Amino acid sequence: MRALLLCVLLFAMPAMAEGDYAALRASLVDEVRTYAGYAGDAPFSDDVLATLGRVERHLFVPAGQVRYAYENRPLPIGHGQTISQPYIVALMTDLLEPDKSDVVLEVGTGSGYQAAVLAELVDHVYSIEIIEPLATAAGERLQRLGYDSVTTKLGDGYYGWEAHAPFDSIIVTAAASHVPPPLIEQLKPGGRMVIPVGGRFMTQLLLLLEKGDDGEIVTRQIGAVRFVPLTGEH
Amino acid sequence: MRRLLIATLLVSAAAIGYEILLMRVLSIVQWHHFAYMIISLALLGYGASGTFIAVLRRHIEPRFETAFATSALLFSVAMLVCYIVAQRVPFNALEIIWDPGQFANLSVLYLVFFIPFFFAAGCIGMAFTCRSDDASRIYFFDLFGAGLGAVLIIALLFAVSPQIALVLLALLPLLGSVLVASTLPSRLPLGTVQLAWLLLLAFGVPQAQLELRISEYKGLSQALEVIDSRILGQSSSPLGLVTVVDSPSVPIRHAPGLSFATRHIPPEQLAVFTDADGMSAITRYDGEPVSVAYLGDMTAALPFALLDDPAVLILGAGAGTDVLMSLYHGARRIDAVELNPQMTALVAETWADFAGHIYEDPRVTVHTGEARGFVAKHDAAYDLIQIGLLDSFGASGAGVQALNESYIYTVEAIAAYLDDLAPGGMLAITRWIKLPPRDSVKLVATAIEALRQSGVKEPGQRFAMIRSWNTSTLLVSNRDFTTQDIERIRTFARSRSFDTAWFPGMRAEDANRYNRLPEPYIYGATVALLSEDAGSFLDRYKFHVAPATDNRPYFFHFFRWRTLPEVMALRKAGGAGLIEWGYLVLVATLVQAAVLGLVLILLPLSLVRQAWPAGTGRQFGFYFLLLGLAFLFVEMAFIQKFILFLSNPLYSVAVVLSGFLLFAGLGSASSERLAQRLPWPGVSPVTVAVAAIAALALLYVLLLPSVFGRFIGLADPAKIVLSLALIAPLAFFMGMPFPLGLKRLSGSAPAFVPWAWGINGFASVVSAVLGTLLAIEFGFNAVIVTALVFYGLAAWDEALSRSR
Repeated sequence: MRALLLCVLLFAMPAMAEGDYAALRASLVDEVRTYAGYAGDAPFSDDVLATLGRVERHLFVPAGQVRYAYENRPLPIGHGQTISQPYIVALMTDLLEPDKSDVVLEVGTGSGYQAAVLAELVDHVYSIEIIEPLATAAGERLQRLGYDSVTTKLGDGYYGWEAHAPFDSIIVTAAASHVPPPLIEQLKPGGRMVIPVGGRFMTQLLLLLEKGDDGEIVTRQIGAVRFVPLTGEH
Repeated sequence: MRRLLIATLLVSAAAIGYEILLMRVLSIVQWHHFAYMIISLALLGYGASGTFIAVLRRHIEPRFETAFATSALLFSVAMLVCYIVAQRVPFNALEIIWDPGQFANLSVLYLVFFIPFFFAAGCIGMAFTCRSDDASRIYFFDLFGAGLGAVLIIALLFAVSPQIALVLLALLPLLGSVLVASTLPSRLPLGTVQLAWLLLLAFGVPQAQLELRISEYKGLSQALEVIDSRILGQSSSPLGLVTVVDSPSVPIRHAPGLSFATRHIPPEQLAVFTDADGMSAITRYDGEPVSVAYLGDMTAALPFALLDDPAVLILGAGAGTDVLMSLYHGARRIDAVELNPQMTALVAETWADFAGHIYEDPRVTVHTGEARGFVAKHDAAYDLIQIGLLDSFGASGAGVQALNESYIYTVEAIAAYLDDLAPGGMLAITRWIKLPPRDSVKLVATAIEALRQSGVKEPGQRFAMIRSWNTSTLLVSNRDFTTQDIERIRTFARSRSFDTAWFPGMRAEDANRYNRLPEPYIYGATVALLSEDAGSFLDRYKFHVAPATDNRPYFFHFFRWRTLPEVMALRKAGGAGLIEWGYLVLVATLVQAAVLGLVLILLPLSLVRQAWPAGTGRQFGFYFLLLGLAFLFVEMAFIQKFILFLSNPLYSVAVVLSGFLLFAGLGSASSERLAQRLPWPGVSPVTVAVAAIAALALLYVLLLPSVFGRFIGLADPAKIVLSLALIAPLAFFMGMPFPLGLKRLSGSAPAFVPWAWGINGFASVVSAVLGTLLAIEFGFNAVIVTALVFYGLAAWDEALSRSR
């Protein structure tokens, strides 16, 4: 009986204070920073990590998931979609090498979290979502939270967003069978595109596509984790 | 007694039918490997029913008919109710590494499906316990019913949807219940419930309750979330649920590995999902090749850069993309093989206008069948054998196919394809690329092994591989590549920003130009595989990439224990995708089954008051455990061996499974006569049966490959008859040890009969899982040999006890 009472009390407790969330975010950033070295090249930029520490992820997840908002894991957001694992968000953002003057295209708004993270680092984010309820919810959420530098729309991301092209970088948050040629066209020379590949809860790798100044395309496949040497100890 | 036997047959048929149906349904709404785990654990209901009967035996025996009829009725009710309840359990398999709450959902699923199997096994276990003198006849009807059930459900699934099949199946135990209840003096209370349930089944089950609730993370669900998308058609068969989806506002554009350099976009497409996942696409074709020019810019188009007007064999035609690609490149003749006739019908009939009537093109002939069987039967000399992407990236992603046998990518398969090529012909296989590489490296290892076994001294001269960022295409030829070939490969790759991964004479700096991996993995692996050091390379590689063979046909098994801790540690740093799920789920199933078996059977057994002579438990428990393990080992290994011969996994399962059960049933029915007529006094009939099983099984291991090779060209009906003739003697003897043991037990320790039934049921569950693990690690022949050792131990155990 006492256990039951305790349970009731636990659920009756008021929502967490803002300060608590800030502390959780800080510890999440610490965790992501620890893992950053595994990704290969270099640790994440301080700007990216600082942004992760600022954007309130708990405002982007469904009510039932708020208590997991600052765990380093993907969470379901309904409609068969997820909000990515914070580590992957950090890695993708870092790979785009965001600059204050950049204009970025996002294909797949989802919850709007990735767009919010980018918005803190670049000039403007254009984001397209094909699932109507998600597009509507994310658009409203971003507006409510004051992310004025994010413009969203419902529609097909395959053809990019001609009116605002070209883009300094493009992030495609849903893996496709191929990289849409119109997106490659809308990428500025010297621009970067990032696409996560794999299941909704299990990112297998990130595809980083770089467009040279001469328009030549080179991709790098970045294992989300550092996983070498492949043949054991040499 | 006759009514009881028929009721036993009906219950048994419904139980196996329900098991196969659930496997189908769970594969649609969830994923195959989890379906396998859920059902394996639910089948522990068989073991638990033994415990239940043993404990309540004294209460059941006086009212056996009522208990049987009630249990059969409850089985019928549970079949539907548990199906409906289970669909409401919010289990998300994908979230299992992140959310411990999913384990609770999974346990609820075990428990829900445990219930129907508990009641089904309860009926049969009670029959054995309360009518143990008739054990051999009951066992015959049990096995015969199971055999009929397997054939029935496959036929039903061709004719009706899984939901309707479920309702029809539920009628069987109800009929069994009515049959047995009709012998009772007072039938009214039970009869009323039976009638009410019958009426409900016939008129009252709301279709909405039976709808399949497909996981929102499966491809079909995701496609349907897109604005304006809709289902255009759906058809169901035991081979899968095929769904066609149209998305007018956000067109479907399926073109795996399309070049970055292309200027061509795929035209309008219809998505085709199998079991709500594994998307392929039907492409709109207006007869103008230029409208599908994108097909020239995929890695799979490489062979057409080397071959002029080839005669092409396509293995796995799917939704027709490879046929269209061949037509686009001017193939002079195309044979396309597809296992699933529903898939063929989509392109040939339903959407023929959309697909541009490509299957009516005079150059194209479509065959329904399985790849290996077709290749073995036909020896037309093709210039190109093309094996495209038969699965989705998602499905191949996290090792979830590890448990699926595939005879398409084995050493023997590649040798057979090469045999079917005209001089200078090419075999082309396209696969998804994973990082770190698995499929592509294993494919290269398999090709090298096949070439070596065909006597090729320098296999490295006979294959080439290119890759895009997500697909690789391997070319293997029956002659050395020429300088001109190599130049064409390089030009093809360069102009499309594809990388060469291997060609004869390649240097390291030719690799990794456009789609850069952290290092040129595939080139490096190929060099190692061609060197003296190949064995050590395979040992050291972090994934299992040694070639698959017909004896171990697990191409998709890449799991290595020693890699697991590293991957688990990296889970939070994005490493979750590297976990090879299929194998882990199998191991988890085995562990859970063993633990639950202990709790449900051995623990109660040690607690109850033992109403049997000392030593019975050890001796007979051991005996029935070994029989349960051995029977299924042999059965599953031979199903696999016959899959190749019968060229169709469905026929094979239906023919071999029902053949085994039917002839084992006959063996059971004849077991007592054999025991009475043995000409050797002092020799146990069990020993004789086991000696016959061992002799026949070993003979088959040695002779089946040549028998199959000789007769594979026969027509299907003839092959089915031959298969049954081969199975008959082996299964006949395998049906004997169980009823012979029960017979002895009923004389010396009748109270132990339900325990024996429970232990045997538990062993069957463990056996299916353990057998697959053994096959993955050591091959099917090892599974058979292990089974023979088990049979031998059982016979030895029995002989010892007789001599006491």
